[in-house]
Amino acid sequence: MSTTPALKSEPAEVWITGIGLATSLGEGLDANWDALNAKRINVDEKNFAPYVVHPWTPVNLDTQIPKKGDQRQMEAWQRIGTYAAGLALESAGVKGNKDILSRMDMVIAAGGGERDLAVDCSILTTQAKGNAAPGLLNEQLMRGLRPTLFLAQLSNLLAGNIAIVHGVCGTSRTFMGEEAAGVDATRIALARIAAGQSDIALIGGSLNGERKDMLVLYEFGDYNLRDKYAPVWARQQRGGFVMGSAGAFLVIESREHALARGARPFARLTRVVGDHSRRKQAGDVTGTLKKLWSDLGDVAPGGAIITGATGVEPVTSEERSFLADHKDFAIRASGTSFGHLVEAQFPLGIALAAMSISRGALFPPNDSTGFEIEMSKPPTQIVVVAAGHWRGEGMALVEAIR
Amino acid sequence: MAAPRDKFGRPIVVVTGMGVVTSLGAGKTDNWAKLTAGESGIRTISRFPIESLKTTMAGTVDFIPVEPFTSSGLSERLAELATEEALEQSGIGHKGDFPGPLFLAVAPIEVEWPQRMELGRAIGKQEIDYNDMLRVSGGGEFSNYHRRFQLGSVADYLAEKFGTKGSPISLSTACASGATAIQLGVEAIRRGETDIALCVGAEGCVNPEALVRFSLLSALSTQNLPPEAASKPFSKNRDGFVMAEGAGALVLESYEAATARGATILGVVAGCGELTDSFHRTRSSPDGKPIIGCMLKTLADAGMTPEQIDHINAHGTSTPENDKMEYQTTSTVFGERAKQIPVTSNKSMVGHTLSAAGAVEAVFSLLTLEHQRIPPTINYQNPDPTILFNVVGNKARDAKVTAVMSNSFGFGGQNASLILTREPA
Repeated sequence: MSTTPALKSEPAEVWITGIGLATSLGEGLDANWDALNAKRINVDEKNFAPYVVHPWTPVNLDTQIPKKGDQRQMEAWQRIGTYAAGLALESAGVKGNKDILSRMDMVIAAGGGERDLAVDCSILTTQAKGNAAPGLLNEQLMRGLRPTLFLAQLSNLLAGNIAIVHGVCGTSRTFMGEEAAGVDATRIALARIAAGQSDIALIGGSLNGERKDMLVLYEFGDYNLRDKYAPVWARQQRGGFVMGSAGAFLVIESREHALARGARPFARLTRVVGDHSRRKQAGDVTGTLKKLWSDLGDVAPGGAIITGATGVEPVTSEERSFLADHKDFAIRASGTSFGHLVEAQFPLGIALAAMSISRGALFPPNDSTGFEIEMSKPPTQIVVVAAGHWRGEGMALVEAIR
Repeated sequence: MAAPRDKFGRPIVVVTGMGVVTSLGAGKTDNWAKLTAGESGIRTISRFPIESLKTTMAGTVDFIPVEPFTSSGLSERLAELATEEALEQSGIGHKGDFPGPLFLAVAPIEVEWPQRMELGRAIGKQEIDYNDMLRVSGGGEFSNYHRRFQLGSVADYLAEKFGTKGSPISLSTACASGATAIQLGVEAIRRGETDIALCVGAEGCVNPEALVRFSLLSALSTQNLPPEAASKPFSKNRDGFVMAEGAGALVLESYEAATARGATILGVVAGCGELTDSFHRTRSSPDGKPIIGCMLKTLADAGMTPEQIDHINAHGTSTPENDKMEYQTTSTVFGERAKQIPVTSNKSMVGHTLSAAGAVEAVFSLLTLEHQRIPPTINYQNPDPTILFNVVGNKARDAKVTAVMSNSFGFGGQNASLILTREPA
């Protein structure tokens, strides 16, 4: 039992000590790093045509989710997330460490679960054929839905599965609300550790983009890129995002806690800020991003920015206006390589930033428009940016450990 | 006058505004009158056909029109009403300018059946697949569905309407969500990030698919007639919970800020705690250790001992499993006193408001402290002989109440507890 922590007078320094990535480019840091450097992109333009998605690269699930029973209790988004969470714990060297896991914070950014498409279509087909008996929907749902599907749909059951499979059970909070959920999960986990309310946390999220029910949700707002893949900055005319499939998780902890257990840090998570522009007028998002940048503290010129820019308009153009203030920065759009992961996009950006800092190089541009420039020196500061497709803005400052 | 900081040196967090809506009615006055009179808000569902359903009753909020009906739309309205009441009581800020962040407990939002059927009609074919749905979804005809079914949409609406500051947080810890929203507010104030926070739990869950999902997990009572007798926490013949709708809103404030502006202090959030159960997706660890740990963490967070708790507002869902586990774990933490402390479950009357429950029951706990009167657990005709709680059965009871523990447990191993007191310790 942990005792009630007294608040610290000086905020604790927080380090990123674990990264777990299982994406459309592969699993683990090396596979993703190599793909970024080779400018490899994995897209499926056929199976969901006219929509484009980034398919998940299959893994041997048994290595992180050993019980088949657990695998069966989850739908794809939960399996992807639970798998990537295991990689992050392994990377931090805390996998199986009951002492630490039993008091570890968990803040997950999650969307909603997958539907049973066959049941949906069967119900709609019955309706279309003119059968409108009262209670028919009830009867079809009672007969058609699997009892366990509900648990695979509940947002907080990604956290629940991570607790069951990996034993992370200090605290468990699931934030929803699209891109902002990823920003807020990171922000709150960092704030808790900085204030001494916690020592160590697992944060992250996952998305399965190979889902027609999710494409429908975003098609309501015409947010899906159609017909042909293009890098984020080359979508200006058409606009739209390409759903990604990935889990991105991080272990963050206080410097003191990491040193005490001899953990090797990737980078420091210095600051996370978020806001909620009302987006009433052109320029609102640009203004919010400028304000967030000023809240980050000292950012030296000539650094790097990793943005989760969606490619959706008008927000991407608003973000470009903000980025125009930082022309000396090497910018990378994570969506070009990984697609849009919604809730998990911001944790992914932080993972890529921490990896780049620890490996002493920013990955190369992957952009036909020339907006992304080369960076020859090792990055010591990387700003991670989020501007949600509809709402939610955020930034993080990831720094090399001095 | 008490010090503005607690014994751990943290800012004391007080409540300066509360609002509530349940199936019993809108507002604290109406709810408290009906709650202490032992009235039930559970009724036979009239919102949609109930043919083929095993459970046909719920604690629906039917007196607030939402057209066209969506569960997310009802959550939004309920949250709005509860927040308006809480802000009016607190007297903080100006209209549309609340000077702090929003923490909203809300159910995961999905596309709902009436809207999916609208898509189906737009397709104009007899055999429908998801490609057809994709084909008609775009182009702007259904663009309002995008906003309506974003998981952040309710928080977005509240943030805009009430002018909360920063990024509004939508959260889910299943049936512990309402307590978690309060906990996040308490932590933010203790960290000194803000002097004030708006914590809301909202639930508008009663639609056919949600009912079917819980039904397929055998979680719901099927004792449909009479509906008002279905929710019977701690009774031998309890057979499941009753889904219900509602919202609770609390304005949390640092004691220092509240007293500086001369606000009326309604109570104190003395402690909060949580501990995850990794045993099973829907069941508690048989040894109850995570729940026990959750209660102990909460006591430690408040710097209190079990002897100082004189009332428990139980999770008390009326499922066979929950009520049994809640007694077992409470008796481990409280020893013999578990049989003496008056315990009640508001869910006997309002049903289980799921994502809102922790917030709704926090409001009721604070009203209990204010009125020194404990609302009853109704339908307590046939006590479970293995649950030896001192249940406040059937009739409200006057009692000296200084500190209430309110418990919330949810699917996914979520456990959260709060300790609410009348005065700063």
